[in-house]
Amino acid sequence: MLQQRNPQLNSNGELIHLLSIEGLPSAVIHQILDTAGTFLSVNDREVKKVPLLRGKSVFNLFFENSTRTRTTFEIAAKRLSADVVNLDIARSSAAKGESLLDTIANLSAMHADMFVVRHSESGAPYLIAKHCAPHVHVVNAGDGRHAHPTQGLLDMYTIRHYKQDFTNLTVAVVGDIVHSRVARSDIHALTTLGVPEIRAVGPKTLVPGDLKEMGVRVCHDMAEGIRGADVIIMLRLQNERMSGAMLPSAGEFFKNYGLTPEKLALAKPDCIVMHPGPINRGVEIDSAVADGRQSVILPQVTFGIAVRMAVMSTIAGNNA
Amino acid sequence: MKILIKNGRLVDPASGRDAPGDVAIAAGRVVALGTVSPEFHPSRTIDASGLVVAPGLVDLAARLREPGHEHEGMLESEMAAAVAGGVTSLVCPPDTDPPLDEPGLVEMLKFRARNLNQAHLYPLGTLTRGLAGEVLTEMAELVEAGCVGFSQADVPIADTQVLQRALQYASTFGYTVWLRPQDAHLGKGVAASGALATRLGLSGVPVVAETIALHTIFELMRVTGARVHLCRLSSAAGIELVRRAKAEGLPVTCDVSVNQLHLTDMDIGYFNAAMRLTPPLRQQRDRDAIRAALADGTVDALVSDHTPVDEDAKNLPFAEAEPGSTGLELLLSLALKWGEESGLSLSKALATVTCEPVRVLGDALGSLSSSAGRLVEGGVADLCLFDPAARWTVVPQAFRSQGKHSPFAGFELPGLVRATLVAGNIAFESK
Repeated sequence: MLQQRNPQLNSNGELIHLLSIEGLPSAVIHQILDTAGTFLSVNDREVKKVPLLRGKSVFNLFFENSTRTRTTFEIAAKRLSADVVNLDIARSSAAKGESLLDTIANLSAMHADMFVVRHSESGAPYLIAKHCAPHVHVVNAGDGRHAHPTQGLLDMYTIRHYKQDFTNLTVAVVGDIVHSRVARSDIHALTTLGVPEIRAVGPKTLVPGDLKEMGVRVCHDMAEGIRGADVIIMLRLQNERMSGAMLPSAGEFFKNYGLTPEKLALAKPDCIVMHPGPINRGVEIDSAVADGRQSVILPQVTFGIAVRMAVMSTIAGNNA
Repeated sequence: MKILIKNGRLVDPASGRDAPGDVAIAAGRVVALGTVSPEFHPSRTIDASGLVVAPGLVDLAARLREPGHEHEGMLESEMAAAVAGGVTSLVCPPDTDPPLDEPGLVEMLKFRARNLNQAHLYPLGTLTRGLAGEVLTEMAELVEAGCVGFSQADVPIADTQVLQRALQYASTFGYTVWLRPQDAHLGKGVAASGALATRLGLSGVPVVAETIALHTIFELMRVTGARVHLCRLSSAAGIELVRRAKAEGLPVTCDVSVNQLHLTDMDIGYFNAAMRLTPPLRQQRDRDAIRAALADGTVDALVSDHTPVDEDAKNLPFAEAEPGSTGLELLLSLALKWGEESGLSLSKALATVTCEPVRVLGDALGSLSSSAGRLVEGGVADLCLFDPAARWTVVPQAFRSQGKHSPFAGFELPGLVRATLVAGNIAFESK
């Protein structure tokens, strides 16, 4: 086997792309979270801008639709004073038959400095990072089931904000883990930051035993999974899981794994409830919990802007 | 043309011969082996000092991409790749476009191959029309046109009744059915189920996709009496089932590809599409079982599974990339590498790509069956001359094949082919 260098790091070990949290040293993660902290105050200013990316062009390449994630990246880039171009490729070039790498070559010719990529296939941002010009940086904004590293980082920011220390926490991730890029990024980040107990909770169709290999405890029973938890991360349940014979119905899923106030009472009293959004009320989470005292779902969105600013400014400052 | 090969090390795995000697060739046949009479007056003498003179290699799985995929490979380029790799006979799967389900297509392919005058080509016909798994092909007609067996390539038959009837019908006439054991529904993923696929978020193919198919095939063999050659085993559990079926006496043979012999899913690394292969690469213990089974004879033959894929089809996200790799030019070296690493003799390693695959083909080779894959006086002069001490680095861009993708790019491999003779003609010679 020939060894390959982690493609998101340069030869000095500095972050030049953000493709996955896997393989990032904890120091790099903490540094991004610290930087995000300094950007939070920018968001409270009357003029919400810093000039770190002035004159740079950030291209949002969304091969898969996502209004919310694209908007947060757009806001983050604009607050760094970058020029932002949004390309909804799901409806343009790809539909006309242009290949992924041809699209990238064309946009590179327009002197892009950074690509923010969302794609339905796992690994697509790696292909782009491998084929784009050396000065171009790539941020993975979600690829297939593989990774959603900025979501993982903003989740870590949220946990650090509320819990300070990672090394004494029990974190439960609940729902459709096998198809979730958010779950994978969260699990890698949590293990890297030293969380001693990570539980993956759901039925065997959505939480197969193989997940143990990622360093989590697999729980098929909701009560066992969230008992004594400090943090519960609920995942969004996609409708197509019902047609794929993964689940009989959304109603039955809610009955077994939906987070209700009664179930939440099994966790620690100061347990926080997180969700990457958009939430399905009554499918994975009860409204009383989503809007309740322990929910930090909206602060996650606020932190998300600062974390994405931190990621973009960090990688833009490092050279390949 | 009369050719004299002098001072070589003659290695014939079938007879166990491994000794210095000369080879005399006339009218396409080996006329003397070992000591050549001074009366023999060659028109060409090849000095084989330091070289092994072995039977030409026999590859049971090489896609030439004709007809239908000429942008990915053509007979000219792929046959040139074969002889550059020391391969003198090859079996091609029927998954061309259109698939090889009509005698006319097979005849055309055989005719084109004959005119090129390079490696001998043995096509497999499709087991069902259009590989659709519904209607049987005209097997007798296809055999007459030159098919050596019937196969579904990588398209499993979902309807078990059709599979049973196909086996019944083929066995009526003694035709061998070549099947890659894979459940039609469980086999839809793009990487082997396991830690790596889970981590990378790639859809998995579980081991049971292979073992369920094997159980079905063995049960149907018991009731139909069909002879089956199993293609490209991928798992330790699958190997174990084959071992038991052979012990039971079922008429079954099997092969593995060079990819499964040397690689594991960890080699996918950061979504390297060169590792997008069918069947998918599995884990270390599967690879270890495959290596052991090839050594102990549970696995009969090693194949290149040569599948040229063009740039556009490979430069895609992992799951979307077309499966396959270029292998004809690597078969010899990868067999030798396995042999060296397993502490086996050169002859034992060569057997997996010469006399053993010929045994799998059996009578289907016709007049060649007594001499293909071996060194015999009076036999057809298909030979491979290689330098066993040479080490070379795999550079896919330098392949003669039209396909420039290999999971072995950058590997340093043993054994370099110096010359290949097919029916007494020098089909390849390196400077």
